[in-house]
Formats: sequence, structure tokens, C-alpha cells
Amino acid sequence: MNIHIQNGRVIDPKYGLDTVADLYVQAGRIAAIGSAPVGFVVEQTIDAVGLTVMPGIVDLAARLGEPGGEHKNKLQSELKAAVAGGVTSLCAMPDTKPALDQASLVQMLRQKTEALGLAHVLPLGALTRGLEGSELSEFAKLSAAGCVAFSQADAPLADTRVLYRAMQYAATYGITLRLRPQDVRLAAGGVAHDGQVATRLGLPGIPAVAETVAISTIVLLMKDSGAAVHLERVSTREGLEMIAAARAYGLKLSCDVSINHVHLADIDIGYFDSNMRLSPPLRSISDRDAIQHALLDGTIAAICSDHTPVGNDDKLLPFGEAAPGATGLEVLLPLVLAWAEQKHVPLPQALATITSGPAALLGLDAGQLAEGAPADLCVFDPHAEWTVTPAALKSSGKHTPFAGMALRGKVRYTLVGGKLVYSEQA
Amino acid sequence: MYNPQLNRHGELIHLLSTEGLPARILRQILDKAAGYVAAGEAGEKKHADLAGKTVFNLFFENSTRTRTTFEIAQKRLSADVHSLNIQASSTAKGETLLDTIHNLEAMGADMFVVRHAESGAPFLIAKHVKPGVAVVNAGDGRHAHPTQALLDMYTIRHFKGDFQNLTVAIVGDILHSRVARSQIHALTTLGCPEVRVIGPKTLLPRDVEQLGVRVFHDLQQGLQGVDVVIALRLQNERMNGALLPSANEFNQFYGLSREKLALAKPDAIVMHPGPMNRGVEIDSAVADGQQSVILDQVTFGIAVRMAVMSMLSEARA
Repeated sequence: MNIHIQNGRVIDPKYGLDTVADLYVQAGRIAAIGSAPVGFVVEQTIDAVGLTVMPGIVDLAARLGEPGGEHKNKLQSELKAAVAGGVTSLCAMPDTKPALDQASLVQMLRQKTEALGLAHVLPLGALTRGLEGSELSEFAKLSAAGCVAFSQADAPLADTRVLYRAMQYAATYGITLRLRPQDVRLAAGGVAHDGQVATRLGLPGIPAVAETVAISTIVLLMKDSGAAVHLERVSTREGLEMIAAARAYGLKLSCDVSINHVHLADIDIGYFDSNMRLSPPLRSISDRDAIQHALLDGTIAAICSDHTPVGNDDKLLPFGEAAPGATGLEVLLPLVLAWAEQKHVPLPQALATITSGPAALLGLDAGQLAEGAPADLCVFDPHAEWTVTPAALKSSGKHTPFAGMALRGKVRYTLVGGKLVYSEQA
Repeated sequence: MYNPQLNRHGELIHLLSTEGLPARILRQILDKAAGYVAAGEAGEKKHADLAGKTVFNLFFENSTRTRTTFEIAQKRLSADVHSLNIQASSTAKGETLLDTIHNLEAMGADMFVVRHAESGAPFLIAKHVKPGVAVVNAGDGRHAHPTQALLDMYTIRHFKGDFQNLTVAIVGDILHSRVARSQIHALTTLGCPEVRVIGPKTLLPRDVEQLGVRVFHDLQQGLQGVDVVIALRLQNERMNGALLPSANEFNQFYGLSREKLALAKPDAIVMHPGPMNRGVEIDSAVADGQQSVILDQVTFGIAVRMAVMSMLSEARA
């Protein structure tokens, strides 16, 4: 289908493009920006006056609930949520039941998601078998089956030697490991950031050193093994300082943060609001400010949704018993826009954290608007205000720290591979 | 900030924490309790404040003393009292906390007295009960034990008159103590100019000074010139391990002995929320000594709990 997206504000974070222009889509790719290619026959026109046209969002971490959630048809609900949020490519976390640790499971996930024809799903392989932390998964076979990287999710590794071996083995194949930096023993029993709020509320704390000790171990093992590592969901100021130093030293180290941690801090727990029960925990205001700063100086390459649907039975519990996690796919874009507005971040720079930034980490040609790039696009109304109403979310996950909040920015059209997969009229 | 404990008239509708309660409410509770104490001394034990009201005591965690004193207080106020030991019943069958609450509401509950191992559990319950149903926190995790703190305030006021010129020291395991947190908030709200916490670094929560207390690691320094000494219970499972090497070492450095108590003011009173580990956080010579008001605390506890529950039943819709 040849699509003409007319008169939108076209933003391409990768090339710093920000202009009102027409965009032409042909054969699943971006054919031209500006004037129509020779011989272009318009089959569908999208009026984008007053709307912003950007590359589709690339999300480094979302939980789709499959394998394991088939009976609830979760794959479909979560991928509908993705395209409703303008997300066109997402990494599926491997902490499913069973864990994504076999090529056959990966193939099945890919087949099912391709059949749905919504967002592209990039599987993350389980770093260890069953995510049990001791035996490595078959990295090479899983990569061949389509895994883009390997992650241990929030599960601990048995010991430092497994981590060391995993790095050496991954380095053999040039595979990037994704690690959630958390020393499991220092974090044991904790449910909130170990600070003033946890002290006041009597919540067992997860100290910042649980993260920094893990990062220091990872950095030392990287130097030794030559492995490339991407740190998932960094949450502390000191951790970010260590990452910046390691990057300056020349290590192949990158990191992301969740959108929740860009906006929130432990103080937002209020009176034990279990919607604020997240992993990593919401840290101090100083940590949150450091995250915002590190997004600007490039230490953090990407903001992810860390989308985690949690059911009522697991969330309507006392804070410490509630399952960590929040739904995120449908609020990611407006929350990035809110951050940009509050901190006066130029829009192309802010949007890079959810497009070209994560795409570069994954080696994708998505996340940009170059001629010939895949026509994965998000067209949104930057002025549309809406209130986050959990029941109205398409995701099966209804719990979010931002419930009831008025946000600005609503996705109107999402295209994946040149196909319109989501549209919502104003 | 929205306060789940007060209605729009500023009246107490739940007692969840001493934090966030204005001094006016705390004094009102203490004054009302004084009325019950006086009535009791005059031989008038039974009152009709809760006549016709159905109260459920929900103890998701074991307790003998707190539960008993709540039951006595409820019966003296003529309530219909039902005590449930929850570990043995519904949650073991997979029923969630809120399912349990909604079922008991359907049976006509007017008030829940809740003890739970998780910090914040009574807040969750208070958020989900019908309007007019009151929740009393009888101890949640490490967070709060407001009726204990209030009876401690009553005891301090009884023996010391007021809080304006007092120095109060809380000694021992502050980290795991809901009692200490509730005492600190109550004392600072009531105008106590100096609250000290004394303990080793493993038993003090991070940034505890932000609660408005002075931190001491040396008991002998910390006890200098204090008017009130509160020893906290050290749980058995914390006596040996990475938090503390032994109960014996703890007793030697942080246990209240007669010699150490001599550093406090001569008329200092000694309190303990109970149950005591004699020879660990407090020596028998101190617990049973002239300065001990530990049994007075227990007596006043009933009147304070009566006052709280009566006030809750009076709040306007």
C-alpha cells in the first residue's frame, strides 16, 4: 500500500530532522520525505496536520506473558497495547513460564507474533536454563533462532563464576549480555529503596549498594573477559557514575532505565501504594535527578517501558507482598513527552531515547526515518490530553503508578512495515 | 497531603499510625483515656460506648498481650467482640486479605483491629472498607503500633506531667521496631524537645535522624541526663547472626543495667513495650526496680485502647 502522510511535523531523532513535511510510504519502507517519489500513486492519505510523525518506538523491555499466558490470550492484548502506544518493535523479556531458554520456544513466539502482524517482537533469550542461574542456555542456537540478546531478567545468578563464564562464552560469539545489576544477597528481603521513606514506612530496604556492588563486579569481569554488556534498569546515581566512568575507559557497556524511574521516586509510595512497587525499587529524588541528567549526557542510551502486566490478585496486597511491576506500553510516549516538556529537552533528543537510541543498541535499521528504512511509524497528537484510566487500557495489566494522571500526547496512527496496525480518530 | 486517618471534620476515622496525627488528636485520646482510668478507680469499669457495635480482632500475626488488652477494652465498652486467628483459617485456604475483610463486612463489622506482618496492611484495609467502618492498627510489620505508642505517651504524661522539657531515649533494635517508629512520631508531635535512639549501626534504620531524633551508638553517652528510658524487645532470631554476634554481647553494651541506668536522671522512668527478654535488653533488677513503670503501661493500655475505639465510633459520616 502506498501511503501519503500529509503535512505532519516530521521528527527523526537520528538525523536531527524536525520539519513539517509529507512522508511517503511504499512497499513497507519509507520512500521519501518532502516531495513524492517519481510515479508514486497514493492509495491512502493520512492527514497529519497538527500531528507529529516519528519513527515507531523501540522498547528494550516488555513482558508479553507468553509462553505461559496462552489461555488469557495475552500476546494479543499486549501487542495491541504496544501499537496503541506507538511501539513498533519490542524486546520480549525471557522471564516467562517456561523461561525462554529453548530454540523451539523462541520459534513459536516468533511465529505467533508474526501471525498477529502487530509490533515486531525481538525475543531475549534466557541467560541460564530456566533462569535458574547456574547452567548457560544455548546462546548460539538461540541466537540463530532469533534471540537478539540474553538476559537473566530479575532472577539471580548462582555465583560470580557463572557470570564470568557467561561473559567469556558470550564474548566468543560477539553476543551482548543484558544484566540487571543487583546483588541478590544485599537486596534480600527488601521491597523499597533503603532510605528515608523506607525507614519511615518500616519497609525492608534494598540499599543502593546492592546495585553498585553488582556494577563494580560486572565492570571488572568485562575488563577481563572483553564481553559486551547492557545493564538493564539502572536506578542509582552512583551506579550511573560508575557506568559513565567505565564507558569513558572504553568498555562496551550501555544501559537503560524504565520510564517509571525517570518520573518517580520513593516518596511517591505515599501511604504504601502498591502501584509504586517496582523492580528495581523507586530510588531517592537525587537518584531520579541523576537519571534525568544521564539521559541528556548520553550515559543512558534508552528509556524502556519495562511493561509488566500484574493481575489484581497479585497487586491488591500489602506493599511488600504485592508483585512488582507496572503496565507501561501505552504510557511510555506521553511520559517521555512530559519529561521533555518539564526539563526543556528538545523533542528530537527526548524521542531518541525511545527510537534511535535503543535501535542502535539492537543493531536495527528501525528507529529512524531515512529513505529506505522500514516504515515503522508513530503519528501522534502532541496536544491531545487524556487521563490514564486503567480499565480503558488495552493491556491486560491495569496497574500503573500514573493511574488517574492527565497526560498529553495521544497516538493516532501506528504503522508497522508500511501497514496501518492502529488508528484512533480524535 | 491527604490523610487517611481523618475525615473532613478533622475527626479520627481510622487509627493507622501516629504519624500525621495532629497533637490535638493525640491529646484528645490521652484525655479521654484519663477519664476511663478515673472511672475505673471509682469502680465504674463498664461503659456503653460501643454497645451494639460489632468489632473484629484480626490477628494475622501472633500476639497475646495486645490482643487480650484490646478484647478487654472492647468488652468494657460493651462491643460485640469476635477475635480471629487468621493464620489458622482463611489465608491458609488461599483467600486474600481483602476477601476476608469484605466477608466480615458482609457480616456487619463496624470496626477491625488488625495486626499484620506486612508494613502498611492496615492502610490497604482502610482504603477498601465501606465508609463508616473503622480500622485500628494493632501493629503492622516494622511500620507502626500506634496504640502502644499512645499508651506510652499516657504513661510518660502520667509520671512526668508533660513533654515540653523531656529527654526520652529509645534503646535497642530500632530497625525492626514498629513501636519505636510510632513513639518517635508521637513524641515529636507532642513537643518532646529531645528524642534519642541508641543502638549499634546494624539495628538503626538508614537516615533515622530524619525522623527528628538524635542518634547515639554508645548507651552510656545516650543515657546521660534522660528523663525516660524505653528499652525495646530484641527478637530471638536476631540475637545471633550478622546483625549481632550474641545476646550476651548485646546485653553487655546495650542492655539496661542498674549501673547504666544511674547515668540517667535520678527520677528517670524505665519503660518496655513487652514482652521482655530479661538479661538481654533489660536486667531484672531494672525491670522490677523502683524506676520501672512497665506494669503501669499495661494497665493504661486498656484505657488508651478504650479511648481510641470510642473516638472512632463517634466520628461523623
